[in-house]
Amino acid sequence: MDETGINGTEARRGWMSLLARAPERRLMALWDAFSPRPEFNWLRRPETGAVMVRGRMGGTGAPFNLGEMTVTRCSLALAEGAVGHGYVQGRGAARAEAAALIDALMQTEAGGAVRAAILDPLEEAMQTARTARAAKAAATKVDFFTLVRGED
Amino acid sequence: MYVAVKGGERAIENAHAWLAEERRGNGDVAELSLAQIREQLSLAVNRVMAEGSLYDPDLAALAIKQARGDLIEAIFLIRAYRTTLPRFGATKPVDTGAMDCDRRISATFKDAPGGQVLGPTFDYTHRLLDFKLAAEGGESLEAPKAAPRHQPTPHITEFLAGEDIIQREPESEAAPGDLTRQPMSFPAGRDIRLQSLTRGDEGFLLGLAYSTQRGYARNHAFVGELRIGTVAVEMEIPELGFAIEIGEVELTECETVNQFKGSKTEPPQFTRGYGLVFGQTERKAISMALVDRALRWRELGEDDLGAAAQDEEFVLSHSDNIQATGFLEHIKLPHYVDFQSELELVRKLRREAGADATREAAE
Amino acid sequence: MTATATTAIAGGFSDPAIESARAFRAAMNVMARPGEIRDLDMARPPAPLSAAAGTLLLTLCDPETGVHLAGACDSAEMRGWLAFHTGAPVVSADRAGFAVGRWADLLPLDRFRIGTPEYPDRSATLIVELEALQQAGASLRGPGIKDSAALSLPDPAALAGNAMLYPLGLDFFFTCGGRIAALPRSTQISEG
Repeated sequence: MDETGINGTEARRGWMSLLARAPERRLMALWDAFSPRPEFNWLRRPETGAVMVRGRMGGTGAPFNLGEMTVTRCSLALAEGAVGHGYVQGRGAARAEAAALIDALMQTEAGGAVRAAILDPLEEAMQTARTARAAKAAATKVDFFTLVRGED
Repeated sequence: MYVAVKGGERAIENAHAWLAEERRGNGDVAELSLAQIREQLSLAVNRVMAEGSLYDPDLAALAIKQARGDLIEAIFLIRAYRTTLPRFGATKPVDTGAMDCDRRISATFKDAPGGQVLGPTFDYTHRLLDFKLAAEGGESLEAPKAAPRHQPTPHITEFLAGEDIIQREPESEAAPGDLTRQPMSFPAGRDIRLQSLTRGDEGFLLGLAYSTQRGYARNHAFVGELRIGTVAVEMEIPELGFAIEIGEVELTECETVNQFKGSKTEPPQFTRGYGLVFGQTERKAISMALVDRALRWRELGEDDLGAAAQDEEFVLSHSDNIQATGFLEHIKLPHYVDFQSELELVRKLRREAGADATREAAE
Repeated sequence: MTATATTAIAGGFSDPAIESARAFRAAMNVMARPGEIRDLDMARPPAPLSAAAGTLLLTLCDPETGVHLAGACDSAEMRGWLAFHTGAPVVSADRAGFAVGRWADLLPLDRFRIGTPEYPDRSATLIVELEALQQAGASLRGPGIKDSAALSLPDPAALAGNAMLYPLGLDFFFTCGGRIAALPRSTQISEG
């Protein structure tokens, strides 16, 4: 995979974002079922920290600091050389490790298999959950109807 | 006289042991799990995240359990914990216009694109106790569904901005000040004010906001828009050289539209107050927007009416419930020596007053 | 891409909590005792940076401290290494919280922030890479020094000028291979 190209970057951005937001149980179940598991060396062991989340004044104006959120990250290198970075929301060291390994594998020939076994099902599950929530919101949308018009 | 004393270790240890027992309550009753707190007391979790200034529902649930439901104590625990975390960086400003809205209402425009979506609200409930909830083993309830909307929901104020009848938010990418890194100084910028308000005490801000409605620094506010939902959080990753989403947060955003007759520097137009808070925290977000608007008198060229909500130093210095409770509660801790000197002083004054009275009586 | 990526992110702390605490202690001690030289060589930064300077950067820098890379220190590899391990942004001299490079590359000193009367701490700390570091040369007096100490300073006159700015001014670390010494703005300097 050409990860230096625009498309490569956009694709990597996509799967890293997906992994960061993935629900723990679902991600770990899919990852635990995946084989073969690659050998790797740590470049940075999982560490939990905070990032400052910013908002904008009035939604569109100048930025301000809203508060922090927890993030866990790690980096590793596969025996064959690919470097994987894992960034996940919350305090899940195992989840960060899985995310980094998946990121590394996606840069190798195993990428297609990883996408089919992990990323696609994950994306589908997350989309389903999102749609279900949007459907409940839609059911609470007010339908106005005019009772009386005050003109003759 | 100064007497240094030491002791109380055993009493403190035993007090902590009793605290742990009381926290658990009656052992015949099932223990609360963190997942139960997170899922079933989610609005308490949201308040702890907002005022603890750390978005992590599991940690907030733990703090609530440890604090026996005392939310300010739970916020204290979260504030203490967050100081132990390394800061990886700051995110790009979240795009609330791209929010997946659970709720979105406007008190100013009935027919806004996207509509009035009530979401899981307490509004229109009758506030009658529901004794069905007191019975255990209630079945899991599924809310009705309708065809979901996939387009983004535009901000209501954007429509007014098109007519140029509302004050525009100046665009900027300047790095905002951070009151957790640099001490606050006055006058504070709006960036610092908003950061302070979003982590401020809900009750304090509610009281201040209410005072503006009752006429102290009156600025008649409409809720132009209130929305609750999730937004993606993006951050530039230095080692990658590009930004990725590192998670998503639930936010409540409130934008008020306030009538404004114009001032020496500004034409008549609508002005805006802004509230943005972690979690589903509607009362807090509306309060924040009202207080934000009241604090903007200087930049809008309005008069200082001497109202509490207009006094930046008063508001920002007293909105933090952890600072407040820390200072307030410390006075119950031993002040034996301080008080000893007060006692001596009052005795001396009384002796002198007594001597004066005796002398006057003699004259 | 992959090969350079690995080089850029190797050479960090192997046990960050312990090593950064030890390194911080060493940095604090040399700053508290101007003229004292200690070993500091946990990190392996890209060339030409010394182990001591690299360890200092890992210990003191984070996304909120702008770092100025002077002269040959400013390389793509160095930027990548700093980004991965600290997240610190690379900035111009006038915005730097820390600057690193050889003495000649760091000059002129008046490019750096010296703090304000309200916040003297809002100033830059310079990490100066030296060919040799020994307890000989300029004579140092002041807080943290019993009687006097000696240190091989690159330009005693310029550094004495910095001390005149006290309580404003710059603070210095001097690094050479795996060794470190320091000179806070509070130290008085006379030619040895």
